[in-house]
Amino acid sequence: MSTFDLSKISVRELNHHLHQLAEAGDIDLLEPRGAHAVACGLTAPLNVSIRGPVGYYCAGMNERATVTVHGNAGTGVAENMMSGEVRVLGNASQSAGATAHGGLLVIQGDASARCGISLKGASIVVGGSVGHMSAFMAQAGTLVICGDAGDALGDSIYEARIYLRGKIASLGADCIEKKMRPEHLAELTQLLTTAGINADPATFRRYGSGRSLYHFHSDHASAY
Amino acid sequence: MENQLGSLFVPMLNCLSGRGPDSAGFAVYRDPALEGTVKIVAQHPEVGFEWEGFFKPFGAVSLTVIASHCVAIVPGQPEIVRAKLELENAGVTVMCVGSSMEIFKEKGFPCDVMKVFQLEQAVGSHVIGHTRMATESAVSTAGSHPFSTGSDLCLAHNGSLSNHNSLRRNLRREGITFRTDNDSEVAAGYLSWRLQSGDSLETALEAALRDLDGFFTFAIGTRDGFAVLRDPIACKPAVLAETDEYVAMASEYRSLAHLPGIEEARIWEPEPARIYTWEKLKDTPSASSTAISISLAA
Repeated sequence: MSTFDLSKISVRELNHHLHQLAEAGDIDLLEPRGAHAVACGLTAPLNVSIRGPVGYYCAGMNERATVTVHGNAGTGVAENMMSGEVRVLGNASQSAGATAHGGLLVIQGDASARCGISLKGASIVVGGSVGHMSAFMAQAGTLVICGDAGDALGDSIYEARIYLRGKIASLGADCIEKKMRPEHLAELTQLLTTAGINADPATFRRYGSGRSLYHFHSDHASAY
Repeated sequence: MENQLGSLFVPMLNCLSGRGPDSAGFAVYRDPALEGTVKIVAQHPEVGFEWEGFFKPFGAVSLTVIASHCVAIVPGQPEIVRAKLELENAGVTVMCVGSSMEIFKEKGFPCDVMKVFQLEQAVGSHVIGHTRMATESAVSTAGSHPFSTGSDLCLAHNGSLSNHNSLRRNLRREGITFRTDNDSEVAAGYLSWRLQSGDSLETALEAALRDLDGFFTFAIGTRDGFAVLRDPIACKPAVLAETDEYVAMASEYRSLAHLPGIEEARIWEPEPARIYTWEKLKDTPSASSTAISISLAA
């Protein structure tokens, strides 16, 4: 176990050190005090525990590492994650998991606006509720919301899947409710188990693209 | 806590000066003027400007010069004093006219601006501060935030408005004056106009949600507290911390990280298009809450 105190070293020094590590190992980070870009761009299978709230882009671009935030996270936690796991024990600010390609992001509390915006393949599990415009233009991957969803959920969504247990303020353009088939139930069950969130998969509804926005429409044939 | 207002606030604004390094300003609420008198804060770019001469026609009771600004207490009512000030000029810019609010703002790096105006030592009930990175208009003292919108009312803005030119034209026809091409000054002018027309702050802000097109997180200082409003898209950040002792708002959590008891504070983000207001509790010193607020331009 290596311990670093962010009141004593800079984020740049910390990240530089973490980037040099190639092997698995446990890292403890103290006194983050809302600093930006903590534990960004990790590529080794490290197990990083951050003891307090972080600022913007924590664990951004993560590959293979497991990063746990013992507190709240600012804008863009795990943005553009490729693989690995990021877990926020508190709440997350806007654009959590933005453009993430792979891996698992778990937010045990609430996530604010635009959670999973432009999602490209990662899985996001939110124990609480999400703000407006979540999964906006999400292309692939899964967003699980155990609480409620704000306005314009899944606006202009492509092929990402949304599972929602609570209330919905409004659906975004071209986002529709879809039938929960056995393979979806299996996927959701597996995600909730991996995320360690206790919720009955049978109480969720599935949402996805109505596919009327991004396909060629024969009405427009004369334009070509 | 009121004794620590300045010393707690300076690190808040310093922490975020990277977001807005070209100018800074703040509105401190302290030492309310006695009944029948009015507090004025005025600015003149010349150091050593003859403030006594300028305020002589007003029969000033007291004058306190702090760098380029002067805090004057004069007898009268705010509206009458404000009208009279508009007739005087001599290169003087009036920052605010009211009872307890004092606005100070200047170009320069925020930590330098705060030093010049001795914010660290400030004692008061609450403060609104702002650091600016100009995008829509010139870097100038007049373009800095906060803007006064009436007696003991001010506005700090993070964001940009798209329809400020047409709004400014309409507001000029309604008699509102503007000193700059700044979009945030238009938001302030809009609120002044609605409040002068008899709106409550809440009604004025509801109307702002309809009429202002663009991005905004507003922090609005009032005599007894402050209000917060984000536009319906809410892409400009805001975070609140509430304890039994104080309410604090900032663009980022790290600006609040040094506040006492922050570990146990309720930390949350305001919802889009929802008006939040806080008022300092009166006459109950044991339960009094101090509001510290800050918002940032981008």
